[in-house]
Amino acid sequence: MSSLPQILFLLVLGAAGFILYKRISYIRKTILLGKPLPRTDRPKERWKTMALVAFGQQKMFKRIGPALLHLIIYVSFIVINLEVLEFIIDGLAGTHRIFASALAGFYTLAMNLFELLALGVLISCVAFLIRRNLMKVPRLSSAELKGWPKLDANLILWIEILLMIAILTMNATDQLLAYRGVEGYIPLGGLWISNSIQGLFEGLSSATLLFLERFAWWFHIIGILGFAIYVTYSKHLHIFLAFPNTWYSNLDPKGKIPNMEVVTQEVKSMLGLQAAPEATDQAEIGRFGAKDVTDLSWVQIMNAFSCTECGRCTAECPASITGKKLSPRKIMMDTRDRAEEISQSKVAGKDGKDDGKSLLGDYISQEEINACTSCNACVEACPVNIDPLSIIIELRRYTSMEESGSPAQWNAMFQNIETSFAPWKFAPSDRFNWASKLNQEEKKPRNNE
Amino acid sequence: MSNTYQVPTMAQKAATGETPEVLFWVGCAGSFDERYQAVTLAFTKILNKVGIDFAVLGDEETCTGDPARRAGNEFLFQMQAISNIQVLDGYQVKKIVTACPHCFNTLKNEYPALGGNYEVMHHSQFLQGLIQEGKIVMKGGGTFKGKRITFHDSCYLGRANNVYEAPRDVIKALDMELVEMKRCRTKGLCCGAGGAQMFKEPENGNKDINVERTEEALETGAKTIAVGCPFCLTMMADGVKNKEKEKEVQVLDLAELIAKDQGLSG
Repeated sequence: MSSLPQILFLLVLGAAGFILYKRISYIRKTILLGKPLPRTDRPKERWKTMALVAFGQQKMFKRIGPALLHLIIYVSFIVINLEVLEFIIDGLAGTHRIFASALAGFYTLAMNLFELLALGVLISCVAFLIRRNLMKVPRLSSAELKGWPKLDANLILWIEILLMIAILTMNATDQLLAYRGVEGYIPLGGLWISNSIQGLFEGLSSATLLFLERFAWWFHIIGILGFAIYVTYSKHLHIFLAFPNTWYSNLDPKGKIPNMEVVTQEVKSMLGLQAAPEATDQAEIGRFGAKDVTDLSWVQIMNAFSCTECGRCTAECPASITGKKLSPRKIMMDTRDRAEEISQSKVAGKDGKDDGKSLLGDYISQEEINACTSCNACVEACPVNIDPLSIIIELRRYTSMEESGSPAQWNAMFQNIETSFAPWKFAPSDRFNWASKLNQEEKKPRNNE
Repeated sequence: MSNTYQVPTMAQKAATGETPEVLFWVGCAGSFDERYQAVTLAFTKILNKVGIDFAVLGDEETCTGDPARRAGNEFLFQMQAISNIQVLDGYQVKKIVTACPHCFNTLKNEYPALGGNYEVMHHSQFLQGLIQEGKIVMKGGGTFKGKRITFHDSCYLGRANNVYEAPRDVIKALDMELVEMKRCRTKGLCCGAGGAQMFKEPENGNKDINVERTEEALETGAKTIAVGCPFCLTMMADGVKNKEKEKEVQVLDLAELIAKDQGLSG
């Protein structure tokens, strides 16, 4: 056998590895545009959250139909990738099905399982294509998905379908060649699913079969490597980022908004509780809240890269449900788009931050963030623990504290709290008046008889 | 013992050297909102009847700062929080009960970062405890018997703090049939008032959130919508009015339900 295919394979593998390395570094840099946020406390709880939410897909099962279809694809992704290991060894060593003889009967069993899963993926992807394009499930066909996001979603499904067809074609032709006694091909004693499509290839000559088998093999491995690279450009990155994203998720009660330490120092000095912070410290404070993605934390940007645009957040959002402009999914898509815009301009040698654009204003409008009820429905709904609310709060903080740009009624509410210590304009001295209604009333006897 | 209801203040208690067991944090709505004052009164009567050693801050209480923080004004929030913590710590408060999930969330989750550490309970949890301990024995029957009731989960009680069972336990102790809305517990739909929305007009859309939620509540066929939050109460009551059902459907707080059962209302 010529070693040309081996050299070619090595080149393909090397090139894919290099591109992947570049892409991963780029994404890492983009995520680290965010501010530092230490989040490594409670490691036990973090591993548990990751095991349940990412590995165990706990939150997917709030919608049982899509959850089952997704589970098939997810399990197949993990299991079929074991076969990729054999592909790589075969490709580099010039062998064919290197594990077949060593594993014997078990190998056939494993191949049958892989084929079953491949068929499952095929069916699930077709079902997903139907849901997306024919059934027009509302959360999968809303306005923010027009253009690239919609194409991206469909492309992924088609790529997966083609990859599965390649596996089944490869096995079917491979086994036909083995039965015909062609050298190097090993009879596996019955692959049920690919055997059932062998009829399509039976009339072909062994030379044609050989070509088809090799073509399917190369198509599958190059397809998988290509898919891995494609994923880094796609919303599909969740297949990897779901794990770190859930590990680093917020473990505090959802109602808790984190304290701004910088503000505490100033407030305490205003109230005469501690000395005013030194001027040098103030220079480092930067801005309050977030105007752009660089004001967000790295976890919030990772959130954006982990988003697969499923729209469960938006489907549960009371503002979105009642036709307001806010969509939590769009908050995440905008955050990623803006982070990539800055990152790309940095790659091009410019300082992306000063392009005159910002997340708030150019991507996300005041109307959107003003519509949020902070109800946490989006956070609860997200299958990978993304927190759109935390970004909305940061944008509101910037608006209020840096621009005094909150809605007029909120500014009035602020003023009421400042002057009357209540969000409504009542005299503070009237606060306890309610009790006078009670004091005149006769107390009912204990046993009420 | 006095035959009128007592509402001691922390200042009065301190003057006689007493430290009450629990502080009843009334909240701005409970103090000023005419409708929610009824809830404050109902809860106070229950506390009196059971003989709880409690006090209120009276006019020393101020806004927790919740709406300011959620609208982005961190300065104002912290001004309020730090001042309130000074007052609470001055009276050596250890345990707080409140009928407002927003106050509950802020006092419980957000004051510790500023040095205020208290055991904070929502009144649904407090009432649940009194029922479980046998301190409140529901009479049942009467106007409630067998009637349908639905419970609206407040975001700041439910998703924000995972309190789902306490209010339901309170309702189950009544002689009523609890019917859940389609979106309940973790999936509960907001009334529309959270995140400081209570204090401004909603953004443009095709429907008001409270109307969407009220429709869902009405679909259960319940004639009583139970709530545990002043803002939810306002929003749901407005929703019921919007649907012109205010003659048939009542929106009541958990404390009001118990007070009615115990013959304490009026």
